[in-house]
Amino acid sequence: MALALGQALGRAGNLNRFIQVCEDENVALLEVKNLHVEVEDKKILNGLTLTIEKGQVAAIMGPNGSGKSTLAYVLAGKDNYKVTEGDVLLDGESILGMAPDERAAKGVFLAFQYPVEVPGVATMTFLRTALNAQRKARGESEFSTPDFMKRVRDTSAHLGIDAEMLRRAVNVGFSGGEKKRNEILQMAVLEPRLAVLDETDSGLDIDALKIVSEGVNRLRSPERSMIVITHYQRLLNYIVPDVVHVMAKGKVVKTGGKELAIELEKSGYAQFAGEAA
Amino acid sequence: MNAEVRAIKSAAEQGLAVAYKAARDTLPGKVVALRDEAFNRFDARGLPHRRVEEWKYTDLRALMREAKPLAGPAGAKHKTGVSSILTGVDLDTLAIVNGRYEPAWSDDKAHDPGVTFSELFAYLAENPEYKVDQLPGNGDTALLLNTAFMSGGVALRVKRDARVVKPIHIAHVFTGDAAAAMYPRVVVIVEPGAQVTLVESFTGPEGLDYQVNSALELTIGDKAKVDHVKIGCDGAAALRVSTLGVTVGAKAEYKDFAFTLGGAVVRNQTFVRFDGEGTQASIDGASLLKSRQHVDNTLVITHAAGGCVSRERFKSVLDGESHGIFQGKIIVDQHAQKTDAKMMTRALLLSDEAEADNKPELEIFADDVQCGHGATAGALDPGLKFYLMSRGIPDKEAEALLVQAFIDEVLEQIAHEGVRRALMFAALKWLGSR
Repeated sequence: MALALGQALGRAGNLNRFIQVCEDENVALLEVKNLHVEVEDKKILNGLTLTIEKGQVAAIMGPNGSGKSTLAYVLAGKDNYKVTEGDVLLDGESILGMAPDERAAKGVFLAFQYPVEVPGVATMTFLRTALNAQRKARGESEFSTPDFMKRVRDTSAHLGIDAEMLRRAVNVGFSGGEKKRNEILQMAVLEPRLAVLDETDSGLDIDALKIVSEGVNRLRSPERSMIVITHYQRLLNYIVPDVVHVMAKGKVVKTGGKELAIELEKSGYAQFAGEAA
Repeated sequence: MNAEVRAIKSAAEQGLAVAYKAARDTLPGKVVALRDEAFNRFDARGLPHRRVEEWKYTDLRALMREAKPLAGPAGAKHKTGVSSILTGVDLDTLAIVNGRYEPAWSDDKAHDPGVTFSELFAYLAENPEYKVDQLPGNGDTALLLNTAFMSGGVALRVKRDARVVKPIHIAHVFTGDAAAAMYPRVVVIVEPGAQVTLVESFTGPEGLDYQVNSALELTIGDKAKVDHVKIGCDGAAALRVSTLGVTVGAKAEYKDFAFTLGGAVVRNQTFVRFDGEGTQASIDGASLLKSRQHVDNTLVITHAAGGCVSRERFKSVLDGESHGIFQGKIIVDQHAQKTDAKMMTRALLLSDEAEADNKPELEIFADDVQCGHGATAGALDPGLKFYLMSRGIPDKEAEALLVQAFIDEVLEQIAHEGVRRALMFAALKWLGSR
């Protein structure tokens, strides 16, 4: 926020203008308001309220079954998640009525906890189809082949993804770590404004965790917000969040700084067991 | 002997009897005795129906309402060529128009020196040692009808050790202003050590409910290498039954592919027998169906010699109210030890009204074999589709990408690059028109 304030001061000519800019800079990218969600008649989210500011990296922690992954899927627009109350606003606009591809074109990206295998679709083809579909939806021109190749190569090199992997079908025969790296590659190529990382650390050994975290950190920018969903504090040693939210029983029960994660690691989630009941 | 009680003949059966009586003396070739025998056998049985196990899902008695008159001679050659799906692919085309070989529609360029060919009946007259209906599948009712009404065709011989580079394209075309029936027969003999790619295509006008009953007899010699691709692009109202009978010698390589896009009712029935040891074969197919199309791929693969490897892979994409059928039977004879045969069929249903029937069967009489089969039918995986959409790919485009991947996997089995690409493009066009 200090950076945003500095930019604002530099540009503001008078107090009014300063206040105006401050408000602009502070505008939330994502607002989740009193969200109630059911899956197959089972209530999972119970009035979840959450604000993610522009450029902010927010960690969401919580015990199993607290609704973290449900939140991720609802943001991305998965079927069978019934919103019974509340709203989700991106730049002040509700996205709940939008199809997943429309949300993606608006800048929402979900890094899956379990990335699916897409037999027969080469990773390169997949990336290119996705990028150009998003650009088309936004009224932008399609990427030329050399520009696209450059973008993919630069990022894949950092993530240790070789040309052979890019030629193979998406995630088919990939190890757990390769799948997660491929998610980050997709994120880097698609340049979302809101990235939701759903348990990106699960199934990763320490080396893979470092590679993935570095990949994520390279993508941190004032223009990009991230929601990092994790069960353990470990990931947050590598991706240091601006804010930590704790979820229990379908809502946010505590919010704090990065030290909250360390605290939780010691005390566990038991203290929140009764919170949302 | 099963005595079958048949109360009445259907309109089509009656029509076939009338047509045979009228045409028997004017049909070409000196094969009247053969025709009579075949017709009498057919007449005693009637058209196959759902109580005949091999025809369980394709009740021809119900699906063939009437017997169309025999097709007349071809007119002037179409400006569009014989098969638009293969436009741009360099092929050596032999056209069989309205069931007869038509030199005027065929390529007049010099044919490969490794291949000799003749009109069917000329060949049979000059080669009395060749007897038709000796290949696997003989006795099948549809084949009996073809024998009775055989209207023409070609006979090809690929000489020993010849390497025929350009694929030979046998283009079956129906051209006419009114629906008619045709019964072409093609004989191909590939001598030992020879290599050839055969492409068969079937095309006809969209609006006419014409009928095709075709047969291909393929004899593959030892160490020969044969690729056969059958492309069904019939008009939307057409009824076609194609019988393929194959014998394969020792240490041969045989690849077969049946691609079906057109036709109202289509049955590709393939009978293969491995007579020599150490042969490798793949028998594959892909169907892309919509509206009320009914397409049946039926295989009977007999391993009569040991140590042969066969792979059967059939995929279908079913939209609208279409009906896709796969029946595959692998028979391993008692002495065919070390047989390795695997069969797989997958149907992808794109609509709730589409129907897929898969019937794999294994009949194994040898004790040292590896045989297996798998069959699946289902809709697109919603999890997969969501993954694509979450990356910004719209609904229809995501479906198209997944269907294309599904069908390309089997189309990749086609060795000839030009033909493979043409069929992949046709599949893409089909998806684009959904």
